[in-house]
Amino acid sequence: MGTILNVENINVYYGAIHAIRDVSFQVNEGEIVTLIGANGAGKSTTLQTVSGILHSKTGSVEFCGENIAKVPAHKIVEKGLAHVPEGRRIFQQMSVRENLEMGAFTADASTIPSNLEMVFHQFPRLKEREKQVAGTLSGGEQQMLAMGRALMSNPKLLMLDEPSMGLAPILVEQIFDIIKSLNEAGTTILLVEQNAQMALSVAHHAYVLETGRVTLSGTGDELAASEQVKKAYLGS
Amino acid sequence: MSILTKFTGKNTNQYRRSAFWSYGVVIAGFILVSAMNSAGMISNSLQGQLVPICAYIAMAVSLNLVVGISGELSLGHAGFMSVGAFTGVIAATLFQSLPFLWVKLLIAIVVGGLFAGLAGVIIGVPVLRLRGDYLAIVTLAFGEIIRNVLNVIYVGLDEKGLQVATSMEGIHLSENGSMILNGPMGATGITKLSTFFAGFLLVLFTLFVVLNLVNSKHGRAIMAMRDNRIAAESVGLSATNFKMTAFVTGAILAGMSGALFALNYSTVAPVKFNFNTSILVLVFVVLGGIGNITGSIISAAVLTILPEALRQFSDYRMLTYAIVLILVMLATNNPQMKMFLSGLSKQVKAVFSKTKVYHRPQRAEEKGGAE
Repeated sequence: MGTILNVENINVYYGAIHAIRDVSFQVNEGEIVTLIGANGAGKSTTLQTVSGILHSKTGSVEFCGENIAKVPAHKIVEKGLAHVPEGRRIFQQMSVRENLEMGAFTADASTIPSNLEMVFHQFPRLKEREKQVAGTLSGGEQQMLAMGRALMSNPKLLMLDEPSMGLAPILVEQIFDIIKSLNEAGTTILLVEQNAQMALSVAHHAYVLETGRVTLSGTGDELAASEQVKKAYLGS
Repeated sequence: MSILTKFTGKNTNQYRRSAFWSYGVVIAGFILVSAMNSAGMISNSLQGQLVPICAYIAMAVSLNLVVGISGELSLGHAGFMSVGAFTGVIAATLFQSLPFLWVKLLIAIVVGGLFAGLAGVIIGVPVLRLRGDYLAIVTLAFGEIIRNVLNVIYVGLDEKGLQVATSMEGIHLSENGSMILNGPMGATGITKLSTFFAGFLLVLFTLFVVLNLVNSKHGRAIMAMRDNRIAAESVGLSATNFKMTAFVTGAILAGMSGALFALNYSTVAPVKFNFNTSILVLVFVVLGGIGNITGSIISAAVLTILPEALRQFSDYRMLTYAIVLILVMLATNNPQMKMFLSGLSKQVKAVFSKTKVYHRPQRAEEKGGAE
């Protein structure tokens, strides 16, 4: 299993604010890797840097051996890196199906039917709601739709930004079950979460971010057992 | 073109359904007006309004592409109209020796559209990086800048060719020469080329371009950008590319209608295309419903005729105009009114398709379901 994503020494600024300081991490093919941390730790900023919405002043972002640090966001999707942004950003006025089709915008049109079937298999709920206007879906369904849309581009790496945000506990579990089954079906996943317990329970590797720095890393189980993490995030 | 829409089938795309009505309203309107005209039922003053109505409909539809479909508030649409108007007039004068009226008109409209499109690109590149209020302010300023630039442009034509200067003294024409643009006085001595039929064709062309764009893969991308910019970028759309497509298409169509508009008069001054005109067209769009193409057509036609029709109120004309606007907005936003209208359209459809009126059942699982 090779390294699919290698982020080295990135530094990101919002104007004068130094948001990300020398962050480095790797994602290996077939793994679930999670970045956990509190609000404002720089998790989402890191994801946005990888997907090209923000750009780092230093270092490199290597995806499948190619440095994509300077590539604009819309070209990165074509390379096989899909980003599910925070807060269920779906196209409210389009139907569920149209949303999914938008996900395949950069992909070959011939892949749409098979990918649709794959997404409907993973998210039977979306199949039921196929023709419904997306804005009328419930929160959990919208999150599923955002994930399904990202899968439509056949990504080699799927990046999820806080998929559990604002969802009821039972739905959070459902979402994490889906994340696991997507991973078992062969998708590599980079997951950003505040819900450290859930994230660590599914992750192969985990990194803890604190005020823009990586302060801890290890396997999911190691970090879940670590005193430091327990104290700071798991509340025990 | 539409690799995405291919899979949509009978889906929720509201724009495709409205396309039929848009063409229908325009064609029916044209036939009705032509019939009334030949029966002598149309007054002189209204006859003079026919071409401007067509131009304003094209303006409203093209602005709706920018405001409604692409979701960017542009307050300088009259600027593009004026670029098209004056370049169209110059083109028509240059080619005045050509035999057929309609050839000259066609050339003028195409030239007007091209130059307005060029202005759209020049303005769009810096402006479309802005969002919301800022974009509105800058487009407003650009509209005024275009008008002020046109105020100091003098163009003359003699056998040696075109002469362009920023003052009257800069132009030295031979005896046979004549002025085309006179700065603030605008274009004078225009040969009237526009006809109602040409206006009708231009409206159809505008509809064809806008509706096809809206229903294409590009159109879907433009609407996705409007619905949620971050989500659109995350599926690999380039924000500026798609906004540019809508903006420049809107500018080209505005330029074409500007050329049609100008060639309907013998004199057109730049002041005709000021901020008020931009707002007037925006009122057409808003009143007709943002994103609703058929609505733009109807409101542009009605609101152009209305001031004429209200002439009997003399001094209170604009007051009445404002009251009518407010009443229409109240009525179209009224829930009971909306229910009544949608119920009516359902029944009409039921009569046509001979099927039962479909009422969406309340599903129990929806209430008790996820969240």
